Amino acid sequence: MTQSFTLPAHLKETDLSNLLKQMWQIRFFEEKVDEFFAKGMIHGTTHLAVGQEASAVGSIAVLEDRDKITSTHRGHGHCIAKGAEVNRMMAELFGRTTGYCKGKGGSMHIADVDKGNLGANGIVGGGFAIAAGAALTSQMKNEGYVVLCFFGDGASNEGSFHEALNLASIWKLPVVFICENNQYGMSGPAKEMMNIEDVAKRADAYGIPGTVVDGNDVFDVMNGVSEAVDRARNGEGPSIVEAKTYRWKGHSKSDAKKYRTREEEQEWRAKDPIARLRDVLIQAGLLTEDGAAEIKAAAKKEIEDSVEFSKQSPMPTIDDLMEDIYA
Amino acid sequence: MRELTYLEAVREAMSQEMRQNEDVFILGEDIGVYGGAFGVTRGMIEEFGPERIRNTPISEAAISGTAVGAALTGMRPILELQFSDFMTIAMDNMVNQAAKIRYMYGGKGKVPMVLRTPAGSGTGAAAQHSQSLEAWMAHVPGLKVVQPSTAYDAKGLLKAAIDEDNPVIFYEHKLCYKTKSDVPEELYSIPLGQADIKRQGSDVTIVATAIMVHKSLEAATELEKEGISVEVIDPRTLVPLDTETIIKSVKKTSRLVVVHEAVKRGGFGGEIASVIAESEAFDYLDAPIKRLGGKAVPIPYNPELEKSAIPGVEDIIMAVKETLNRQ
Repeated sequence: MTQSFTLPAHLKETDLSNLLKQMWQIRFFEEKVDEFFAKGMIHGTTHLAVGQEASAVGSIAVLEDRDKITSTHRGHGHCIAKGAEVNRMMAELFGRTTGYCKGKGGSMHIADVDKGNLGANGIVGGGFAIAAGAALTSQMKNEGYVVLCFFGDGASNEGSFHEALNLASIWKLPVVFICENNQYGMSGPAKEMMNIEDVAKRADAYGIPGTVVDGNDVFDVMNGVSEAVDRARNGEGPSIVEAKTYRWKGHSKSDAKKYRTREEEQEWRAKDPIARLRDVLIQAGLLTEDGAAEIKAAAKKEIEDSVEFSKQSPMPTIDDLMEDIYA
Repeated sequence: MRELTYLEAVREAMSQEMRQNEDVFILGEDIGVYGGAFGVTRGMIEEFGPERIRNTPISEAAISGTAVGAALTGMRPILELQFSDFMTIAMDNMVNQAAKIRYMYGGKGKVPMVLRTPAGSGTGAAAQHSQSLEAWMAHVPGLKVVQPSTAYDAKGLLKAAIDEDNPVIFYEHKLCYKTKSDVPEELYSIPLGQADIKRQGSDVTIVATAIMVHKSLEAATELEKEGISVEVIDPRTLVPLDTETIIKSVKKTSRLVVVHEAVKRGGFGGEIASVIAESEAFDYLDAPIKRLGGKAVPIPYNPELEKSAIPGVEDIIMAVKETLNRQ
């Protein structure tokens, strides 16, 4: 299936390859995690972002290094896009000391504060105000960074959404709220849980821009987000960018997906954001078939290596239990 | 030395700290020209301006989360909640975010914020504006909980709380605001986790918090007339708790009465009693430990009912006598 893309004019070829690579890394990471959960090799729970790679990668691609993000329970993709080391991510899921949280956080709490990843969040809607606070620091200290706050369609029904967006808008905070509308909040279809089609429309209530982008088109995401980021950086305040997308997997590991049809899933699989990017790059002459295969293979190998790294990493000991509670 | 009210001492600690540390700022509802619900920040916006004395919308969920996000990125926010009852709206940010971020992230990131809030009954504000909910917060690992009873302690403890690299809940009892004590003009710090012996005695130990420290001292003065020597200990901080001072005192007096305004059932007094029951001081006890706390009832409006919902001086006197078998 061929779909139209709007190539962002300012991008270099190398950036484009990296977009594809990151999307493959996310896909392979999530598939590996899915496999390990099924086999009982890692415990707890996890929320996979397969199918949503373009919204994470496209949004973060337009950031500068100094910019920050807050993420969600479905946060592996955001971490990878923000430059996290997959070794340390996988090690975290294995509960090892080499993991981002030394095995204390797991899937829902991966963070790399020094690198501007202020953390995934196990509380739906937990990131809105934290992102606003990080943006307030940028504003008060004149640091010039912008904060991207990822959230889902479900989180937009939390009270924290309203409070934080109102606050961010009256203070003109440099934050962009990225709604990854994957159509379902756990089993709750967005169309049943809110009386409007677009979360972006809620922006009107705060006097800020709200735009809808094709969340499975990495370039459309980039175009939409970069406009909002520029606006935030220029001191004009926050925006909502809503990326329409779909999670291919269930909500978490124990989801029988009774609330949606296999036909619907197939429709969205046909809009695979990775295949679309690959095809358009090849059509545009920016990538060869071989080049695309190399990128895919390299990403796959990195994920496989991360598994080895994790398996060889040490487990925390009982001595670690009571460490890191207080600074 | 000059005298200050408790309220003035809180304000002075914040003002002096803000003069020397640009990262410290206050946010809260009506803290600007209005001066805060109890007048604690009166005059501060004139000195520090609206950037650092940040008047917020009525959005406890947003402002608590914004404080967390700002703290995580390098600021040292002081959040004023108008009434500690409103903690329910800020609860997610304090309990699920602020308290846990450092641990969840494996020791990376810190949340140096102070949540200041007036607590307690005695103002006729009835059930939703009069509670003492400090035990809730003391239950959560990752938070520190401070409850000063005097102006001197309020200033020194607030300075220490602002300097903390961890989230601190700072309870100000409304009836303490007008109490006066000698307060040094210079900024000083009282380390968190150091109890204060407010009165030396040899027959019975009273451990009391907040306004109950004043009532216990009043009771001790009365009891002295009957030849009963009471030692009054104010833990000042519930987390960390100075168990050593309490245990030492009980070993000396062999009798313990614990008094707080918060509802007795599930209150922090149970923790203090347990500390003694589990310690070497248990063998020194000559009488069962007495716990005094609020009745298990919402705080009523009628002034007589309101008074009778919490321990009074007479109740404390009677409890002390009971431990001495002298009624």
